[in-house]
Amino acid sequence: MDAPSTSSVLPLDILYCQVCTFPPEYCEFGSSVSKCKTWLEGAHPELYDKYWSEDALAKKIGTLSLEKEKKLEQEGKKKEAKAEAKASAAAKKLKESQVIIKRIERSKRKYVTSVFGLEAFHIDLKKAAKQLAQSLARGASVTLNPQGLEEIVIQGDVGDEVEEMLAKGVGVLKGVPEDNVVQVEEKK
Amino acid sequence: MFKKFTKEDISSQTSIKSSAQRAIRASLLKQCPLLSQPSEEPDTPLLEYIWPKKENITLVKCRDHLSIYALHGEPLWFQHFDGPLFPTLRLVHKYPNLLPHVGIDRGAIKFLLSGASMMCPGLTSPGGFLPLAESLIPEGTVVAIMAEGKEHAAGVGIMKLDSEEVKKVNKGVAVESVTYLGDDLWGMKTI
Ligand SMILES: [Zn+2]
Repeated sequence: MDAPSTSSVLPLDILYCQVCTFPPEYCEFGSSVSKCKTWLEGAHPELYDKYWSEDALAKKIGTLSLEKEKKLEQEGKKKEAKAEAKASAAAKKLKESQVIIKRIERSKRKYVTSVFGLEAFHIDLKKAAKQLAQSLARGASVTLNPQGLEEIVIQGDVGDEVEEMLAKGVGVLKGVPEDNVVQVEEKK
Repeated sequence: MFKKFTKEDISSQTSIKSSAQRAIRASLLKQCPLLSQPSEEPDTPLLEYIWPKKENITLVKCRDHLSIYALHGEPLWFQHFDGPLFPTLRLVHKYPNLLPHVGIDRGAIKFLLSGASMMCPGLTSPGGFLPLAESLIPEGTVVAIMAEGKEHAAGVGIMKLDSEEVKKVNKGVAVESVTYLGDDLWGMKTI
Protein backbone atom coordinates (compact mmCIF):
# COMPACT_ATOMS: atom_id res chain seq x y z
CA MET A 1 0.00 0.00 0.00
CA ASP A 2 1.13 3.56 -0.67
CA ALA A 3 2.97 5.27 2.14
CA PRO A 4 0.53 7.39 4.15
CA SER A 5 0.56 10.97 2.96
CA THR A 6 -1.11 14.02 4.40
CA SER A 7 -2.64 15.30 1.19
CA SER A 8 -6.42 15.30 0.93
CA VAL A 9 -8.12 12.32 -0.64
CA LEU A 10 -10.58 13.52 -3.25
CA PRO A 11 -13.39 11.37 -4.60
CA LEU A 12 -13.25 10.52 -8.29
CA ASP A 13 -16.25 11.56 -10.26
CA ILE A 14 -17.19 8.38 -12.06
CA LEU A 15 -19.37 8.27 -15.11
CA TYR A 16 -21.59 5.22 -15.36
CA CYS A 17 -23.29 3.97 -18.48
CA GLN A 18 -26.96 4.91 -18.52
CA VAL A 19 -27.78 1.66 -20.27
CA CYS A 20 -25.86 -1.09 -18.48
CA THR A 21 -24.73 0.86 -15.32
CA PHE A 22 -21.05 -0.16 -15.79
CA PRO A 23 -18.26 2.35 -16.27
CA PRO A 24 -18.35 2.76 -20.09
CA GLU A 25 -14.98 1.05 -20.49
CA TYR A 26 -16.72 -2.16 -19.32
CA CYS A 27 -19.81 -1.91 -21.56
CA GLU A 28 -18.18 -4.44 -23.87
CA PHE A 29 -18.66 -7.07 -21.14
CA GLY A 30 -22.33 -6.30 -20.56
CA SER A 31 -25.33 -7.65 -22.39
CA SER A 32 -26.35 -4.49 -24.24
CA VAL A 33 -23.22 -3.37 -26.12
CA SER A 34 -24.99 -1.88 -29.13
CA LYS A 35 -27.37 0.17 -27.00
CA CYS A 36 -24.50 1.26 -24.75
CA LYS A 37 -22.52 2.41 -27.76
CA THR A 38 -25.42 4.41 -29.16
CA TRP A 39 -25.92 6.11 -25.81
CA LEU A 40 -22.23 6.90 -25.32
CA GLU A 41 -21.84 8.24 -28.84
CA GLY A 42 -24.69 10.69 -28.26
CA ALA A 43 -24.00 11.63 -24.66
CA HIS A 44 -20.18 11.61 -24.53
CA PRO A 45 -18.70 11.58 -28.04
CA GLU A 46 -15.14 12.11 -26.73
CA LEU A 47 -15.44 8.99 -24.57
CA TYR A 48 -16.95 7.10 -27.45
CA ASP A 49 -13.79 7.80 -29.41
CA LYS A 50 -11.68 6.87 -26.44
CA TYR A 51 -13.25 3.42 -26.14
CA TRP A 52 -14.57 2.54 -29.58
CA SER A 53 -12.35 4.18 -32.21
CA GLU A 54 -10.28 1.82 -34.37
CA ASP A 55 -7.24 2.88 -32.45
CA ALA A 56 -8.83 2.13 -29.11
CA LEU A 57 -10.07 -1.24 -30.31
CA ALA A 58 -6.63 -2.22 -31.48
CA LYS A 59 -5.07 -1.09 -28.24
CA LYS A 60 -7.47 -2.73 -25.84
CA ILE A 61 -6.73 -6.21 -27.11
CA GLY A 62 -3.61 -5.84 -24.97
CA THR A 63 -1.99 -9.16 -24.30
CA LEU A 64 -4.98 -11.19 -25.42
CA SER A 65 -4.53 -13.27 -28.56
CA LEU A 66 -6.47 -12.13 -31.62
CA GLU A 67 -8.33 -15.39 -31.67
CA LYS A 68 -9.49 -14.99 -28.09
CA GLU A 69 -10.43 -11.38 -28.73
CA LYS A 70 -12.65 -12.50 -31.61
CA LYS A 71 -14.26 -15.05 -29.35
CA LEU A 72 -14.87 -12.37 -26.74
CA GLU A 73 -16.59 -10.22 -29.30
CA GLN A 74 -18.79 -13.09 -30.43
CA GLU A 75 -19.74 -13.86 -26.87
CA GLY A 76 -20.71 -10.23 -26.39
CA LYS A 77 -23.04 -10.45 -29.38
CA LYS A 78 -24.55 -13.70 -28.16
CA LYS A 79 -25.13 -12.24 -24.71
CA GLU A 80 -26.85 -9.28 -26.25
CA ALA A 81 -29.13 -11.43 -28.39
CA LYS A 82 -30.00 -13.52 -25.35
CA ALA A 83 -30.79 -10.43 -23.27
CA GLU A 84 -32.99 -9.08 -26.02
CA ALA A 85 -34.90 -12.33 -26.32
CA LYS A 86 -35.40 -12.33 -22.56
CA ALA A 87 -36.59 -8.72 -22.59
CA SER A 88 -39.09 -9.36 -25.36
CA ALA A 89 -40.40 -12.45 -23.55
CA ALA A 90 -40.86 -10.34 -20.42
CA ALA A 91 -42.61 -7.63 -22.45
CA LYS A 92 -44.92 -10.24 -23.96
CA LYS A 93 -45.73 -11.62 -20.54
CA LEU A 94 -46.46 -8.13 -19.26
CA LYS A 95 -48.74 -7.50 -22.21
CA GLU A 96 -50.74 -10.55 -21.26
CA SER A 97 -50.86 -9.73 -17.55
CA GLN A 98 -54.14 -8.44 -16.21
CA VAL A 99 -55.23 -6.38 -13.28
CA ILE A 100 -58.58 -7.68 -12.16
CA ILE A 101 -60.83 -5.34 -10.20
CA LYS A 102 -63.60 -7.37 -8.66
CA ARG A 103 -66.77 -6.18 -6.97
CA ILE A 104 -67.73 -8.61 -4.28
CA GLU A 105 -71.06 -8.53 -2.47
CA ARG A 106 -70.49 -9.25 1.19
CA SER A 107 -74.07 -8.83 2.36
CA LYS A 108 -77.08 -7.04 0.99
CA ARG A 109 -75.79 -3.91 -0.76
CA LYS A 110 -72.51 -4.12 1.10
CA TYR A 111 -69.57 -4.47 -1.17
CA VAL A 112 -65.84 -4.82 -1.08
CA THR A 113 -63.55 -4.34 -4.07
CA SER A 114 -60.56 -6.55 -4.66
CA VAL A 115 -57.65 -5.58 -6.90
CA PHE A 116 -55.52 -8.44 -8.17
CA GLY A 117 -52.42 -8.57 -10.35
CA LEU A 118 -50.72 -5.22 -9.67
CA GLU A 119 -47.41 -6.86 -8.79
CA ALA A 120 -46.94 -8.03 -12.39
CA PHE A 121 -46.55 -4.34 -13.21
CA HIS A 122 -43.97 -3.88 -10.46
CA ILE A 123 -46.36 -2.05 -8.17
CA ASP A 124 -45.70 -2.53 -4.47
CA LEU A 125 -48.96 -3.85 -3.00
CA LYS A 126 -48.48 -2.42 0.47
CA LYS A 127 -47.76 1.04 -0.87
CA ALA A 128 -50.67 0.79 -3.29
CA ALA A 129 -53.06 -0.27 -0.49
CA LYS A 130 -51.93 2.64 1.64
CA GLN A 131 -52.41 5.09 -1.18
CA LEU A 132 -55.85 3.69 -2.04
CA ALA A 133 -56.93 3.88 1.60
CA GLN A 134 -55.85 7.49 1.80
CA SER A 135 -57.25 8.76 -1.47
CA LEU A 136 -60.54 6.86 -1.20
CA ALA A 137 -60.84 7.40 2.56
CA ARG A 138 -61.72 3.74 3.03
CA GLY A 139 -60.16 0.73 4.62
CA ALA A 140 -57.77 -1.05 2.27
CA SER A 141 -55.34 -3.83 2.98
CA VAL A 142 -53.24 -6.52 1.38
CA THR A 143 -54.77 -9.94 1.98
CA LEU A 144 -54.39 -13.45 0.69
CA ASN A 145 -57.14 -14.61 -1.63
CA PRO A 146 -58.47 -18.19 -1.46
CA GLN A 147 -55.78 -19.26 -3.95
CA GLY A 148 -53.15 -18.03 -1.51
CA LEU A 149 -52.12 -15.08 -3.70
CA GLU A 150 -51.85 -11.52 -2.51
CA GLU A 151 -54.43 -8.93 -3.50
CA ILE A 152 -55.72 -5.62 -2.21
CA VAL A 153 -59.16 -5.53 -0.66
CA ILE A 154 -60.90 -2.18 -0.29
CA GLN A 155 -64.12 -1.55 1.62
CA GLY A 156 -66.98 -0.44 -0.60
CA ASP A 157 -67.82 -0.44 -4.27
CA VAL A 158 -64.92 1.57 -5.68
CA GLY A 159 -64.00 -0.30 -8.88
CA ASP A 160 -64.54 2.72 -11.12
CA GLU A 161 -62.43 4.94 -8.89
CA VAL A 162 -59.61 2.41 -8.86
CA GLU A 163 -59.77 1.99 -12.62
CA GLU A 164 -59.61 5.74 -13.07
CA MET A 165 -56.60 6.05 -10.78
CA LEU A 166 -54.83 3.31 -12.75
CA ALA A 167 -55.67 5.03 -16.05
CA LYS A 168 -54.26 8.31 -14.78
CA GLY A 169 -51.27 6.63 -13.17
CA VAL A 170 -51.81 8.30 -9.82
CA GLY A 171 -48.99 7.90 -7.28
CA VAL A 172 -47.64 4.34 -7.21
CA LEU A 173 -50.42 3.06 -9.48
CA LYS A 174 -48.29 3.61 -12.57
CA GLY A 175 -47.48 1.55 -15.61
CA VAL A 176 -50.66 -0.47 -16.18
CA PRO A 177 -52.02 0.01 -19.72
CA GLU A 178 -55.78 0.54 -19.83
CA ASP A 179 -56.28 -2.57 -21.93
CA ASN A 180 -54.82 -4.68 -19.16
CA VAL A 181 -57.44 -3.71 -16.60
CA VAL A 182 -60.75 -5.55 -16.29
CA GLN A 183 -63.64 -5.13 -13.90
CA VAL A 184 -65.63 -8.17 -12.91
CA GLU A 185 -68.34 -8.95 -10.43
CA GLU A 186 -68.60 -11.77 -7.96
CA LYS A 187 -72.16 -12.65 -7.11
CA LYS A 188 -73.13 -14.42 -3.97
CA MET B 1 -21.28 -13.54 -2.38
CA PHE B 2 -23.80 -11.59 -4.43
CA LYS B 3 -24.14 -13.72 -7.52
CA LYS B 4 -27.71 -14.45 -6.51
CA PHE B 5 -29.02 -11.85 -4.14
CA THR B 6 -32.44 -10.26 -3.95
CA LYS B 7 -34.32 -8.10 -1.48
CA GLU B 8 -35.82 -11.35 -0.20
CA ASP B 9 -32.41 -12.29 1.19
CA ILE B 10 -32.61 -9.32 3.54
CA SER B 11 -33.92 -10.29 6.95
CA SER B 12 -33.83 -6.96 8.79
CA GLN B 13 -32.68 -3.37 8.66
CA THR B 14 -31.77 -1.74 11.93
CA SER B 15 -29.92 1.31 12.97
CA ILE B 16 -27.07 0.24 15.20
CA LYS B 17 -26.12 1.39 18.68
CA SER B 18 -23.48 4.05 18.93
CA SER B 19 -21.09 1.72 20.76
CA ALA B 20 -21.32 -0.74 17.87
CA GLN B 21 -20.87 2.10 15.39
CA ARG B 22 -17.69 3.12 17.17
CA ALA B 23 -16.41 -0.43 16.92
CA ILE B 24 -17.06 -0.54 13.19
CA ARG B 25 -15.34 2.81 12.69
CA ALA B 26 -12.35 1.54 14.64
CA SER B 27 -12.05 -1.63 12.53
CA LEU B 28 -12.40 0.34 9.32
CA LEU B 29 -9.60 2.69 10.35
CA LYS B 30 -7.42 -0.22 11.37
CA GLN B 31 -8.07 -2.06 8.16
CA CYS B 32 -7.75 0.87 5.81
CA PRO B 33 -5.17 3.60 6.51
CA LEU B 34 -6.52 5.83 3.74
CA LEU B 35 -9.63 6.47 5.83
CA SER B 36 -7.56 8.39 8.41
CA GLN B 37 -6.23 10.78 5.79
CA PRO B 38 -7.71 14.25 5.29
CA SER B 39 -10.63 14.59 2.90
CA GLU B 40 -11.72 17.51 0.78
CA GLU B 41 -13.55 18.91 3.79
CA PRO B 42 -11.14 20.77 6.12
CA ASP B 43 -10.33 18.96 9.40
CA THR B 44 -12.37 15.94 8.38
CA PRO B 45 -10.70 12.57 7.95
CA LEU B 46 -11.93 10.59 4.97
CA LEU B 47 -13.94 8.11 7.02
CA GLU B 48 -15.86 10.92 8.63
CA TYR B 49 -16.38 12.52 5.26
CA ILE B 50 -17.86 9.32 3.83
CA TRP B 51 -19.74 8.51 7.01
CA PRO B 52 -20.27 11.64 9.17
CA LYS B 53 -20.11 11.08 12.93
CA LYS B 54 -23.63 12.23 13.61
CA GLU B 55 -25.15 10.00 10.96
CA ASN B 56 -26.40 6.59 11.89
CA ILE B 57 -25.37 3.80 9.63
CA THR B 58 -27.93 1.08 8.98
CA LEU B 59 -27.11 -2.55 9.48
CA VAL B 60 -28.81 -4.61 6.82
CA LYS B 61 -28.82 -8.21 7.95
CA CYS B 62 -29.02 -10.77 5.20
CA ARG B 63 -29.06 -14.54 4.81
CA ASP B 64 -25.93 -16.58 5.46
CA HIS B 65 -24.54 -14.18 8.07
CA LEU B 66 -24.00 -11.44 5.58
CA SER B 67 -24.20 -7.86 6.85
CA ILE B 68 -24.36 -4.75 4.72
CA TYR B 69 -23.70 -1.33 6.20
CA ALA B 70 -25.61 1.38 4.40
CA LEU B 71 -25.88 5.13 4.76
CA HIS B 72 -29.13 6.71 3.56
CA GLY B 73 -29.84 3.49 1.69
CA GLU B 74 -26.51 3.43 -0.12
CA PRO B 75 -24.47 0.29 0.65
CA LEU B 76 -20.93 1.25 1.69
CA TRP B 77 -19.38 -1.80 3.35
CA PHE B 78 -20.30 -5.41 3.85
CA GLN B 79 -19.10 -8.27 5.94
CA HIS B 80 -19.42 -12.04 6.23
CA PHE B 81 -19.73 -13.21 9.88
CA ASP B 82 -17.25 -10.94 11.65
CA GLY B 83 -14.65 -11.14 8.90
CA PRO B 84 -13.01 -8.17 7.20
CA LEU B 85 -15.13 -5.23 6.06
CA PHE B 86 -15.36 -5.04 2.28
CA PRO B 87 -16.06 -1.71 0.63
CA THR B 88 -18.66 -1.84 -2.16
CA LEU B 89 -17.33 -1.54 -5.69
CA ARG B 90 -18.94 1.88 -6.15
CA LEU B 91 -17.06 3.12 -3.08
CA VAL B 92 -13.81 1.72 -4.51
CA HIS B 93 -14.52 3.50 -7.80
CA LYS B 94 -14.78 6.77 -5.90
CA TYR B 95 -11.69 6.10 -3.77
CA PRO B 96 -9.48 3.67 -5.71
CA ASN B 97 -6.76 3.72 -3.05
CA LEU B 98 -9.02 2.42 -0.30
CA LEU B 99 -7.52 -0.97 -1.13
CA PRO B 100 -4.24 -2.29 -2.50
CA HIS B 101 -4.48 -3.24 -6.17
CA VAL B 102 -3.94 -6.45 -8.07
CA GLY B 103 -4.64 -6.75 -11.79
CA ILE B 104 -6.04 -9.47 -14.02
CA ASP B 105 -5.37 -9.87 -17.74
CA ARG B 106 -8.03 -9.16 -20.35
CA GLY B 107 -8.80 -12.83 -20.78
CA ALA B 108 -9.81 -13.16 -17.11
CA ILE B 109 -12.27 -10.24 -17.05
CA LYS B 110 -15.24 -12.21 -18.34
CA PHE B 111 -14.65 -14.92 -15.75
CA LEU B 112 -14.54 -12.39 -12.94
CA LEU B 113 -17.75 -10.80 -14.17
CA SER B 114 -19.48 -14.16 -14.10
CA GLY B 115 -18.51 -14.69 -10.48
CA ALA B 116 -15.39 -16.84 -10.68
CA SER B 117 -12.41 -16.67 -8.36
CA MET B 118 -9.25 -15.34 -9.93
CA MET B 119 -6.57 -17.91 -10.67
CA CYS B 120 -2.87 -17.17 -10.27
CA PRO B 121 -2.01 -17.18 -14.01
CA GLY B 122 -4.53 -14.39 -14.65
CA LEU B 123 -2.46 -12.17 -12.36
CA THR B 124 1.04 -13.34 -13.27
CA SER B 125 0.59 -13.24 -17.06
CA PRO B 126 1.96 -10.19 -18.94
CA GLY B 127 -1.48 -8.53 -18.83
CA GLY B 128 -1.84 -9.06 -15.09
CA PHE B 129 -0.43 -7.07 -12.22
CA LEU B 130 1.02 -7.87 -8.81
CA PRO B 131 3.05 -5.49 -6.63
CA LEU B 132 6.81 -5.83 -6.17
CA ALA B 133 8.10 -8.00 -3.35
CA GLU B 134 8.71 -4.97 -1.10
CA SER B 135 5.01 -4.04 -1.22
CA LEU B 136 3.87 -7.57 -0.47
CA ILE B 137 0.14 -8.04 -0.03
CA PRO B 138 -0.42 -10.61 2.74
CA GLU B 139 -2.87 -13.47 2.50
CA GLY B 140 -6.33 -12.46 3.70
CA THR B 141 -5.98 -8.84 2.53
CA VAL B 142 -8.97 -7.20 0.88
CA VAL B 143 -7.92 -5.99 -2.57
CA ALA B 144 -9.31 -4.08 -5.52
CA ILE B 145 -9.27 -6.23 -8.65
CA MET B 146 -8.13 -4.03 -11.52
CA ALA B 147 -8.15 -5.20 -15.14
CA GLU B 148 -5.81 -4.94 -18.10
CA GLY B 149 -6.46 -1.78 -20.12
CA LYS B 150 -9.14 -0.52 -17.71
CA GLU B 151 -9.03 2.49 -15.41
CA HIS B 152 -11.54 1.37 -12.81
CA ALA B 153 -11.75 -1.69 -10.63
CA ALA B 154 -13.80 -4.63 -11.89
CA GLY B 155 -14.23 -6.25 -8.50
CA VAL B 156 -13.23 -6.54 -4.86
CA GLY B 157 -11.69 -9.70 -3.51
CA ILE B 158 -9.65 -11.30 -0.79
CA MET B 159 -6.14 -12.72 -1.23
CA LYS B 160 -6.01 -16.49 -0.82
CA LEU B 161 -2.19 -16.46 -0.95
CA ASP B 162 0.23 -13.63 -0.37
CA SER B 163 1.28 -11.80 -3.52
CA GLU B 164 4.73 -13.41 -3.65
CA GLU B 165 3.26 -16.89 -3.28
CA VAL B 166 0.92 -16.15 -6.17
CA LYS B 167 3.99 -15.53 -8.34
CA LYS B 168 5.81 -18.59 -7.04
CA VAL B 169 3.00 -21.17 -6.98
CA ASN B 170 1.29 -19.78 -10.10
CA LYS B 171 -1.63 -22.17 -10.03
CA GLY B 172 -4.96 -22.40 -8.24
CA VAL B 173 -6.97 -19.58 -6.72
CA ALA B 174 -5.14 -16.32 -6.02
CA VAL B 175 -8.04 -14.00 -5.23
CA GLU B 176 -11.54 -14.95 -4.20
CA SER B 177 -13.92 -12.34 -5.51
CA VAL B 178 -16.55 -11.01 -3.09
CA THR B 179 -18.25 -8.49 -5.35
CA TYR B 180 -17.87 -7.57 -9.02
CA LEU B 181 -19.36 -5.41 -11.73
CA GLY B 182 -22.87 -6.55 -12.50
CA ASP B 183 -23.46 -8.82 -9.51
CA ASP B 184 -26.64 -8.40 -7.51
CA LEU B 185 -25.05 -6.02 -4.99
CA TRP B 186 -24.00 -3.83 -7.90
CA GLY B 187 -27.58 -4.03 -9.13
CA MET B 188 -28.85 -2.76 -5.79
CA LYS B 189 -27.74 0.84 -5.93
CA THR B 190 -29.90 1.55 -2.91
CA ILE B 191 -31.06 -0.99 -0.41
ZN1 LIG C 1 -23.05 0.24 -20.98
